[in-house]
Amino acid sequence: MNSALVIILAFLLIAIFLGIRSSKGKDMNLEQWTVGGRGFGAIFVFLLMAGEIYTTFSFLGGSGWAYGKGAPALYVLIYITLSYVLSYWLLPEIWKYAKENKLMSQSDFFVSKYKSPALGILAAIVGVVSMIPVIVVQLRGLGIIVSEASYGAISMSAAVWMGAITLTIYVMISGIHGSVWTAVIKDIMMIAIIAFLGIYLPIHYFGGFQPMFEAIDAAKPGFLKLPEQGLSVSWFISTVILLVFGFYMWPQVFSAIYSARSGKVFRKNAIISPIYTLMLLFVFFVGFTAILKVPGLVGTDADLSLLRLSIETFDPWFIGVIGGAGLLTALVPGSMLLMSVATLLANNVYKEFAPKVSDRDVVRLAKMLVPVIALIAVYFTLNGGETMSALILMGYSLITQLFPSLIFSLKKNNPINKYGALAGIITGLFIVTCITLSSSTIGTLLPSLPQEAKDLNVGIIALAVNFLVMITVSFVFRKQKVQSTPKSFNNI
Amino acid sequence: MKMIYILTLVPFIGILGFLPFVNRIEPYVLGMPFNIFWMSMWVVLTSVILGLMYKLDPRNREGDQE
Repeated sequence: MNSALVIILAFLLIAIFLGIRSSKGKDMNLEQWTVGGRGFGAIFVFLLMAGEIYTTFSFLGGSGWAYGKGAPALYVLIYITLSYVLSYWLLPEIWKYAKENKLMSQSDFFVSKYKSPALGILAAIVGVVSMIPVIVVQLRGLGIIVSEASYGAISMSAAVWMGAITLTIYVMISGIHGSVWTAVIKDIMMIAIIAFLGIYLPIHYFGGFQPMFEAIDAAKPGFLKLPEQGLSVSWFISTVILLVFGFYMWPQVFSAIYSARSGKVFRKNAIISPIYTLMLLFVFFVGFTAILKVPGLVGTDADLSLLRLSIETFDPWFIGVIGGAGLLTALVPGSMLLMSVATLLANNVYKEFAPKVSDRDVVRLAKMLVPVIALIAVYFTLNGGETMSALILMGYSLITQLFPSLIFSLKKNNPINKYGALAGIITGLFIVTCITLSSSTIGTLLPSLPQEAKDLNVGIIALAVNFLVMITVSFVFRKQKVQSTPKSFNNI
Repeated sequence: MKMIYILTLVPFIGILGFLPFVNRIEPYVLGMPFNIFWMSMWVVLTSVILGLMYKLDPRNREGDQE
């Protein structure tokens, strides 16, 4: 075992220790296990949300995209920033309604707003399906970190298995409290390391930022601009808009919203959050440095660029520190995702079919589901061949389908009813699935369109159809309701 | 109250609306290609705008419980 792995292991033990400590002496009922008793202030909620937003994806995937695609990688910085503008209006509304109605999960929100248990189950399933790719990203990240830090001694698949086992143990011990404390350490570590790498590496290798960019521009002309076609300006704009809509639709982010003490917390956090996002710039700088220094990583290997460049540059003990920080950026969000998926399945799917089950049994079932979900994620991690960015975008196109009906439900007189919401979401999911399986783009579907339209993110189509179906179906059923309610739909 | 709604749209226009015109490398600002500089600048401005919105919003003058 080299010194890099020893240090990474030390990080892991500290994280587990904090997880055990924070759950000690608390009687963990379902509300505490998932929404932390609804008593978190601004700083805690900020860290909890940052813990979910800045994952291994921003660490490895962000530099991977800067390395492989160049300027289009900036979409990550922009969608997160613009999402905070949306959060100013959206989150306090969601929080207020959830508190008044003692809601625990995102599907409770849909059940309560639309008076439809079926919609709650559907929302839970959408959440579960969308979160699997994101869990896969965390496992891939853990795998990359451990196998790279072992300098090849541990294979990628062995590292993924180790990561999954660690994650499972961690979640089963700690729940949300462990996540918060580890999130604090994780964020401090991550910012320090990313800022250091992003400043040191360009100066070390090129003597500064501008010489680095000029060298890239000379070696790969056009790489630092959005291209004329493909990942073009219209791709960038449509992707950012899609991701902003999806940003707060994640069930685990909903849980974090519920954990706040007041709605003002979110408006306060919205101010500081965009500046915090700027740290991603340093991640991109690392990826840009790697372009000329560790060339030749293609496809999914682009995600390795940050670690490969670090290994070229630093001693093993420092690789251990980078790897340790990277481990935390996978562990914190990974644990929240696993916990959310397990809770959704136990509480919002299983319990709907067996309403007499006690809360204690639901918690027990949720904990038992954690290793099962981890296993499924391991399967996809070892068998999938997508970059982190592609996986994240797929998860987003699925979860965004919840956006139209959620936004309308916040209106005082919601023109959308449960039939419209159900039909819209199902149609949206169907289209995303078809598009993903056939790997279509708007360009292949409608080749006669101008280039700007061809490059639009395909997720936009699914969202637009979802929206239209939702409105139409709501309108049709509203009319019939005046005459007589169709009996067969009473139980939906 | 209306001013706040307009402010909400400003970051979207500043970043996405101007994108076709700022997608260029020259001139370098702060060592960054112009497009990267432009976006970074707007990230900072977004924080400033959200701070203004917070100040203008009467709801934030109430206590912590609402």
